[in-house]
Amino acid sequence: MRIAVLVKEIPDATVRKRLDPRSGRLERSGERTLNPHDAHAIEAAVRLRETPSAAVEEIVAVTMGPASASRALHRAVSLGADRSVHLCDDAFAGSDLIATAQALAAALERIEPDLVLAGQQSDDGECYALGAAVGEYLHWPALTQVVALELRDGRVRCARQAEYGYDTVELELPALVGVGDALNEPRYPSLKAIMGARNRPLETLTAADLGIALDQVGAAGSRARWVGVKQPARRPQATMIEDRDAEETVARIIAWLDERRVI
Amino acid sequence: MADVLVHVLDHDGQFNKSSLGALSEGARLAGELGGEAHAAVIGGQAPCAALGRYGAARVYRAGGPAGVAQPVVDAMAGLMREGRFACALFGGGLLGHEAGAALAARLGAGIAVEVTATGVRAGRLVAERPVLGDSQISEIELSGPAGIIVARIGAFEALDRGAGDAPVEDLAFEPSAPATRVRMIEHGAQRGGEEADIEAAEVVVAGGRGLGGPEAFALCEELARAFGPAAAVGATRAVVDAGWYPYAAQVGQTGKTVAPKLYIAAGISGQIQHKVGMQGSESILAINTDARAPIFEFTDLGIVGDLHRILPRLAAALRARGDGR
Ligand SMILES: Cc1cc2nc3c(=O)[nH]c(=O)nc-3n(C[C@H](O)[C@H](O)[C@H](O)COP(=O)(O)OP(=O)(O)OC[C@H]3O[C@@H](n4cnc5c(N)ncnc54)[C@H](O)[C@@H]3O)c2cc1C
Ligand SMILES: Nc1ncnc2c1ncn2[C@@H]1O[C@H](COP(=O)(O)O)[C@@H](O)[C@H]1O
Repeated sequence: MRIAVLVKEIPDATVRKRLDPRSGRLERSGERTLNPHDAHAIEAAVRLRETPSAAVEEIVAVTMGPASASRALHRAVSLGADRSVHLCDDAFAGSDLIATAQALAAALERIEPDLVLAGQQSDDGECYALGAAVGEYLHWPALTQVVALELRDGRVRCARQAEYGYDTVELELPALVGVGDALNEPRYPSLKAIMGARNRPLETLTAADLGIALDQVGAAGSRARWVGVKQPARRPQATMIEDRDAEETVARIIAWLDERRVI
Repeated sequence: MADVLVHVLDHDGQFNKSSLGALSEGARLAGELGGEAHAAVIGGQAPCAALGRYGAARVYRAGGPAGVAQPVVDAMAGLMREGRFACALFGGGLLGHEAGAALAARLGAGIAVEVTATGVRAGRLVAERPVLGDSQISEIELSGPAGIIVARIGAFEALDRGAGDAPVEDLAFEPSAPATRVRMIEHGAQRGGEEADIEAAEVVVAGGRGLGGPEAFALCEELARAFGPAAAVGATRAVVDAGWYPYAAQVGQTGKTVAPKLYIAAGISGQIQHKVGMQGSESILAINTDARAPIFEFTDLGIVGDLHRILPRLAAALRARGDGR
């Protein structure tokens, strides 16, 4: 079987993130990296490949994003994907959730995976939602926030925590599964894997390649439009202590607890 | 096209509090649009007519397995296609995000998630959504055949208006192809049975992945004991999912909501799903090795340091004080 993994390139955690005050989009300057939550989805695919009964022949990393996003794909390949597909076209810029999901679904229809994996959330978008929308466009069952996963007899059995406890749900393949971070601990890529990643096949697709009309994607195809920004009421800043001498730090905590009459 | 359709989740015959909040907000928004709020309950057993109290002018009830999004999407898409609804509103949570996103895709509708305020501006639906660790609030205008709004958990208060029962209509719908390929095997299992009464505790000592392993919860337990009988130990979803601590102790969106006098977050990053479960605490103390951790944005006292160094010493200092009295 073939597994596709949805990955995203995001600003590095060390970059101070801010919105472009004119477009409301995240500023694209500064270091960028693979969304850390997606490493868990790649690791899940790799573990299935290591399970002989799953008979995984190929893992394909898929992203939609600007030219720089190819680096996130290299990273995904160094973590275990066999090849990657990059949806890259100026026409995609500014796509909202449904325009992005529609384009990704069109690419997945070409890739023909049996299972699509996605991460828990994108660190910049934080929608927790893209996977469910992609599943709908594919007319496939989808389930997100999955923390245990098992393949058998053309089905994937998943466990996840919902509002009231843990559910176990079975999906018939082909299906989309969004994984929670607790599913696994991604391993570090070897130097060899990092060096070799650039030589693995990377296919670039435009809207035209996917047969998507230009008014279906980008700002034109989006139904959620950013119209303004507000500043939230700020909570007073925390008193911060850099711990150097633990005894002194604890004495200051005790003094603070006393002052607040907690003890 | 001025009505609002609100998904109301129930579990074991109890309506979800965030869903009731969404219904109250839906009724308010419908007033602004000049229409009514209707509620959709799928796969539940709670007494639907009672939703009238929270602002539902009509309730649609449909069968189907609870706990998965597909039947919710099928039922609500059928209603939305009738064309009377300007907006579908979800109370948030896991199912709200899944069903909302799939519904938006099926209808080709604009969607905003994690919404904390809604309104109508120049005839268009506008939703407010905090972004970038709540440092800014984006205003999102929704278009398409309808707008889909997924609220942040607890963003809207459930207002019992004391109105009478709402008429309840049974809804029949054809399950879509994806719905027929999803099967609920086990629903609502409580992992790690141990009872933890964190909701009544005056002090909650909560631990996250920064503990490094399940054995380090002993540090949280020791500190809680040093505070006395009114203290309890809490946990993040990350460590509950990993099996380090029982689900009963989880704080946050899919766990419990607590508001103790003192909340200690040890090795917790402070993601929004955790924050919604503890932000009402009177005083918040966080210990984290990463000075940029989001938790420090909403703490009163922040310690940049290793919890393994701080927790045992803090417990010892509290015990020493107790002995001295
Ligand atoms: C639908 C949904 C529902 C969710 N529901 C919940 C929920 O109910 N409750 C919940 O908590 N989460 C929930 N989450 C998960 C949430 O998004 C976070 O993933 C989770 O809260 C992170 O847990 P954590 O802080 O333990 O781990 P991490 O985010 O990994 O943070 C660990 C922290 O420990 C610090 N650290 C490491 N070592 C040390 C040390 N030695 N000393 C001190 N600090 C150290 C690190 O700097 C880091 O900040 C939900 C997510 C989704 C998508
Ligand atoms: N532009 C994108 N290209 C490919 N996958 C994406 C993209 N955006 C989000 N995803 C996937 O969807 C998951 C959830 O993202 P989000 O809904 O933005 O929180 C991520 O972890 C990724 O796996």
